[in-house]
Amino acid sequence: MSSVIESHHDDHHHGPAKGLMRWLLTTNHKDIGTLYLWFSFAMFLIGGAMAMVIRAELFQPGMQIVQPEFYNQMLTLHGLIMVFGAVMPAFVGLANWLIPMMVGAPDMALPRLNNLSFWLLPFAFGILLSSLFMEGGAPNFGWTFYAPLSTTYAPPSVTFFIFSVHIMGASSIMGSINVIVTIMNMRAPGMDLMKMPLFVWSWLITAYLLIAVMPVLAGAVTMMLMDIHFGTSFFNAAGGGDPVLFQHIFWFFGHPEVYIMILPAFGIISHIIETFARKQLFGYESMVWAMLSIAILSFVVWAHHMFTVGMPLAAELFFMWATMLIAVPTGVKVFNWVATMFKGSISFETPMLFAIAFVVLFTIGGFSGLMLSIVPADFQYHDTYFVVAHFHYVLVPGSIFSIMAAVYYWIPKWTGNMYDERMGRLHFWLSFVGVNVTFFPQHWIGLAGMPRRYPDYALQFADWNMVSTAGAFLFGASQILFLFIVLKTVLGGKKATPQVWEGARGLEWSVESPAPYHTFSTPPKVK
Amino acid sequence: MFKRFNILSKSAYSALLMLLLYPSEVLSDWDALNMREGVTQVSRDVFELHMLIFYICVAIGAVVFSVMFYSLFRYTKKRNPNPSTFHESTKLEVAWTVVPFLILIAMAVPASKTLTEIYDDEEGEINIQVVGYQWKWEYKYLEDDINFFSNLSTDQDEIYNLVPKGENYLLEVDEPLIIPVDTRVRFLITANDVIHSWWVPDFAIKQDAIPGFINTAWTRAEETGIYRGNCTELCGKNHGFMPVVVKVVEKDEYNDWVLAKKEEAIKLAELTEKEWSLAELTERGEGVYQKNCVACHQMNGEGLPPIFPALAGSDIVMFDKNRNVEILMEGVQGAAMQSFANQLSEVDMAAVITYTRQAWGNAENGDGEYVVPSDIVEYKKPKI
Repeated sequence: MSSVIESHHDDHHHGPAKGLMRWLLTTNHKDIGTLYLWFSFAMFLIGGAMAMVIRAELFQPGMQIVQPEFYNQMLTLHGLIMVFGAVMPAFVGLANWLIPMMVGAPDMALPRLNNLSFWLLPFAFGILLSSLFMEGGAPNFGWTFYAPLSTTYAPPSVTFFIFSVHIMGASSIMGSINVIVTIMNMRAPGMDLMKMPLFVWSWLITAYLLIAVMPVLAGAVTMMLMDIHFGTSFFNAAGGGDPVLFQHIFWFFGHPEVYIMILPAFGIISHIIETFARKQLFGYESMVWAMLSIAILSFVVWAHHMFTVGMPLAAELFFMWATMLIAVPTGVKVFNWVATMFKGSISFETPMLFAIAFVVLFTIGGFSGLMLSIVPADFQYHDTYFVVAHFHYVLVPGSIFSIMAAVYYWIPKWTGNMYDERMGRLHFWLSFVGVNVTFFPQHWIGLAGMPRRYPDYALQFADWNMVSTAGAFLFGASQILFLFIVLKTVLGGKKATPQVWEGARGLEWSVESPAPYHTFSTPPKVK
Repeated sequence: MFKRFNILSKSAYSALLMLLLYPSEVLSDWDALNMREGVTQVSRDVFELHMLIFYICVAIGAVVFSVMFYSLFRYTKKRNPNPSTFHESTKLEVAWTVVPFLILIAMAVPASKTLTEIYDDEEGEINIQVVGYQWKWEYKYLEDDINFFSNLSTDQDEIYNLVPKGENYLLEVDEPLIIPVDTRVRFLITANDVIHSWWVPDFAIKQDAIPGFINTAWTRAEETGIYRGNCTELCGKNHGFMPVVVKVVEKDEYNDWVLAKKEEAIKLAELTEKEWSLAELTERGEGVYQKNCVACHQMNGEGLPPIFPALAGSDIVMFDKNRNVEILMEGVQGAAMQSFANQLSEVDMAAVITYTRQAWGNAENGDGEYVVPSDIVEYKKPKI
């Protein structure tokens, strides 16, 4: 510790420390943002490799490459790693980099907490991944870990899974507290709530969602722990418990969690579209209200994941109607984006390409979501590949495209270098084709009756599974290109101006590129 | 109105998919890529609902995306160097909040109606209890006192690509559920171990089978035939290998089948009385083992430790006959081993225990004791 204090005394300009210690001990929001983003990318590749195992096994009917037990471990870890290791930390990384610069603050409000919330993550995922090497294998009950498959019938590694989820939850809660305190207390003079950039708004709402539901997840896994090791019967019917209770608790966390993974994307896409349409965002206020209503509705729709558990008719009707309502604010957002493009002056740099694809493909994911909300039809769709197609459409060309768009959009600010535009576009088109070839046919094989989480399938699904696998490998391989483009940009490239993009607005574009280690030590004035 | 809509919808759907998608010669049968209409009133209602929402989504998508792509084409930097500055319009924003809301109501009305229709748990003319097990289904005909298990009948060699796969690969069972046509059948669905889900697409029934709960579903099949479905809730390693097969037959045929099943039960009772030799028991036991035990304990008896322990060389299987019987009859609390008391007849129970105590060198290394059907009958007698 003393060395940190000393360096504060010695170094007048507060430049970063040297070597590994810079990253271990850093309390700088930009460094921590970078750490989060690289961590997330590493997890994206690991989770992606697992997806490749899954798709390779599904290339043809029959068991070829892995055994069903290992297949189940892959699909479980793929889900957990992508949700908690790739998408969420990427958004936290973007929040770290951007929120202080967007609100004109010198750093996050709680820098040491910030360091802790990042450094918990490698341990959480280290524990989770180590379960692959344990006797009985890694968790194999799906990322939704329904009891009693995840309690009485789980492999011994489930205990490590539970602790790993606890640590991830603690990290998320700390990160969210930090975001809220920063936004509430450290905005530059003159920046009212309704003048905040939409990415900041989206993260404020997301952070509240996280604080509300992460403890619920912690509660669920603690009850599992009690059932497994301390003889309780929360979820064990034989002991008077209730397996459906688990699902209610899980989805009370899980549905807001889904929006935690998309709200920051709404913020990002809004910025990118207005920049490249060179036109002020249409309907700023309705964007904010739409995000707030989506967030509030997310607490009253959880049971639409459970239409087949045998709820009473009144509950099914309520959750169906409430779920359908979400289409209204979501529609408003899409209409606003389209209206922003209308009569704009549009150019098609890589971030804009990803943003346009986001609008189209996320909307397709929204449509299939609307279809899934219709209970009688859901009886046919539920737990088939139709659902797999639906949530991958909102998560991959939704959340993940928005993260890639954000990286291309802000990387000149982060590194001071422009990325290679031609390679960026190539990466976009490969990803775009890959994602659609992978997931579009899954709508049909789902409708035609292929259940999800199956390591093997009936012969009529063979052709489209093969196509889907080909698409998945194309998508997977094109992410190596992404890694290459990012590394190349970090190492050099055409120098970026402070403004970077002609149409960019916002405080982060008023500082040098690359952004100095410390920005806004004196708050700017916002009119 | 729905009838006409229906015929139209099929060809239009196909055409739309053709337009949207990748050209390839494998796409000959487009109907195979849509939801099945099924053979009940409910399943047809559900199908129509599905097509209705699908078309509404397509229509909305067409409008929104054409405005968007028009903008992308017409208002590029080159064609429109000076962007407009408008950024709000209360009228427009109210309109695109209210109109979608009205469309949603138009969807919610028929959906709620169909759902209410489905949610009718009046008793059926025939009532069948469906029980999910890892990894098979049990069907109990409550009126006729018939019950049996339905296991995947696809050969392991087909799954592991050693022989060509049959037409109904992974969708075939040793004994299907049999119900009569044009008869209201109610299913009472539950599970014995983890959560399963019983799905028959052609009846539009998908209902979770949950331990400790009994869910109901009903159907009235209008056409005879064989209808195939799956387990649709992840239930462990062989989740993908426990299909549902329902055979709908004429009423007469159904009645004959019921009689035959009852006679079979009487014959089985006679078998229990019979004196069994060790060789006979071992031979029968091997078949029972292959059907019920290999999924976990494996063909070679090595199991998949630590969750599924080995039987080869197990102390209990070699030396402790009483505990051996007890485990099969009661299951093991807190572990994956379930009770087989209701799944196997006394004969099969004795046979399979005997087989495991004889196979893999267990007889040579252990006490070699074996179990006869009367031992199981004895075990089942109430103990005072």
